Amino acid sequence: MAVVVWIVEGTWHACVDAARAHAPADTDIVLLHVTPADVPGAAHGAFAGLLGRGHPERDPGTRLEQLAASSARELLQTAADRLGRACTRVERTGRVEREVVAASEGSDLLILARDGDRTHLGPHSLGPASRFVVDHAPCPVLLVWPEPPPGLPTLPPHP
Amino acid sequence: MALLVLVLAGAIVRPFGWPEAVVAVPAAVLVVVTGAIPFDAALDEVEHLAPVVGFLAAVLVLAQLCDDDGLFRACGAWMARTAAGRPRRLLAQVFVAASAITAVLSLDATVVLLTPVVFATAARLGARPKPHVYACTHLSNTASLLLPVSNLTNLLAFTASGLSFTRFAALMALPWAAAIAVEYLVFRRFFATDLDAGAQTADVGEPPPLPRFALVTVGCTLAGFVLTSAVGVDPAWAALAGALTLAVRALIRRRTTPRALLGAASVPFLAFVLALGIVVRAVVDNGLDEALGHLIPAGTGLPELLAVAALAAVLANVINNLPAVLVLLPLTAPSGPGAVLAVLLGVNIGPNLTYAGSLATLLWRRIVHAHDGEVELREFTRLGVYAVPASLGAAVLALWASLSVIGGG
Repeated sequence: MAVVVWIVEGTWHACVDAARAHAPADTDIVLLHVTPADVPGAAHGAFAGLLGRGHPERDPGTRLEQLAASSARELLQTAADRLGRACTRVERTGRVEREVVAASEGSDLLILARDGDRTHLGPHSLGPASRFVVDHAPCPVLLVWPEPPPGLPTLPPHP
Repeated sequence: MALLVLVLAGAIVRPFGWPEAVVAVPAAVLVVVTGAIPFDAALDEVEHLAPVVGFLAAVLVLAQLCDDDGLFRACGAWMARTAAGRPRRLLAQVFVAASAITAVLSLDATVVLLTPVVFATAARLGARPKPHVYACTHLSNTASLLLPVSNLTNLLAFTASGLSFTRFAALMALPWAAAIAVEYLVFRRFFATDLDAGAQTADVGEPPPLPRFALVTVGCTLAGFVLTSAVGVDPAWAALAGALTLAVRALIRRRTTPRALLGAASVPFLAFVLALGIVVRAVVDNGLDEALGHLIPAGTGLPELLAVAALAAVLANVINNLPAVLVLLPLTAPSGPGAVLAVLLGVNIGPNLTYAGSLATLLWRRIVHAHDGEVELREFTRLGVYAVPASLGAAVLALWASLSVIGGG
């Protein structure tokens, strides 16, 4: 059995805790982090927009790519420490939601956290990326609240 | 016209990794030799642009020396400490830092030097970096309205407008603040999901020492801008003095080399600006002024200012804001400083619509980088579609109000 845990900045603690609580001891756990390619891309673009500057070695996008790689490594290390058991770490770069769907193909469970408006129960508690992943996941999904969920009174009124 | 296209294409494509000047300078020589522009007019253009280019070089060196002195590192540490693990607060800090740095040390400093620091800060806090990095790219344009030194386009317009340094800043202060405020509101809404995700308080450790000398020098340079313009001296001298002060200190302390200073001044870029100026002048003199002339409304009422700013934004998005401002300045200068400043609002805020500054650059990047990690065009454009018209509209309204209160004379 293989469980993929999607590690995202800000909400990953709950996913690791869910893996500890729900994944049987003999499970292969994969900690997955995806670096959005468009963040360094935006810096590349901003530099390209500075017409005539030359100096491609000063392109901040390249620096961002290096920084992103090392921060992803550190985040996965911290997550692995919190998990406290053997696991595989996977780093990917690209369009986040698509990479997560691709990485979870063939696994037995994908664990992810809600990342939208978490003050109410309801569809807005999923942001665009996690919405896409939940809608397109090719495997069972465990969707957790990063914090204790809001209470039932936050349900929309019955029509 | 074909030469101008060639020069711009050379700057965007950069064949064989050549500096942009390699195509631009021969093109400028060619327009003079073939008589497309009389020698005197070319000389006039060079005389006109030379102080601008000197000013630009001084500011580029100043920013690089501030970075060598640790100013941007200190800025990152300040953001990490005061953000207290709250992404929304970090976004506010990034807005403050990027607006101040763009205004004082120019947009190059924000793009090249601040963006990596902001990314590293967000990563250290475990915050999602996208809103903060995008804020740097947007503000490098929007926040470059305030001072003549903030953007090369401003420097070009500043000399054409006949305004003093302080009057320029006084007229642009309100549009600058209005445009940034609108951007901030758009960002908070657009990136609500990423900002709600949370972050941790950083284990900040010992904060790096504050580069007091660099800060004081930059402060004195700003005061020098005000002083020189009050007594009628070119404020470029104040920038030169500031850059020299830091350069001499860094040389004595062996923190930099003459070679590194020359690299920071970016001589090929300066040559490119001069050459582009001559080629554009030739194109404008040979008929573009008549072609575009009747598109540009005369007068400085609110509708005219809006039309000029919109036209400038469109032109900046099609080619790039540098040639756009060179084309539009001679056509709008007769209408007075109000129209020139409206051009600036358009060419400075407009490029946020296309993430690479212009459609031309963007198309080329799409061809080259079709398969590697490029910006998701739809998202960035959606952000631009929300931010650009709103901030441009607010800025033009603010400019109109400033012109009514302070007056353009």
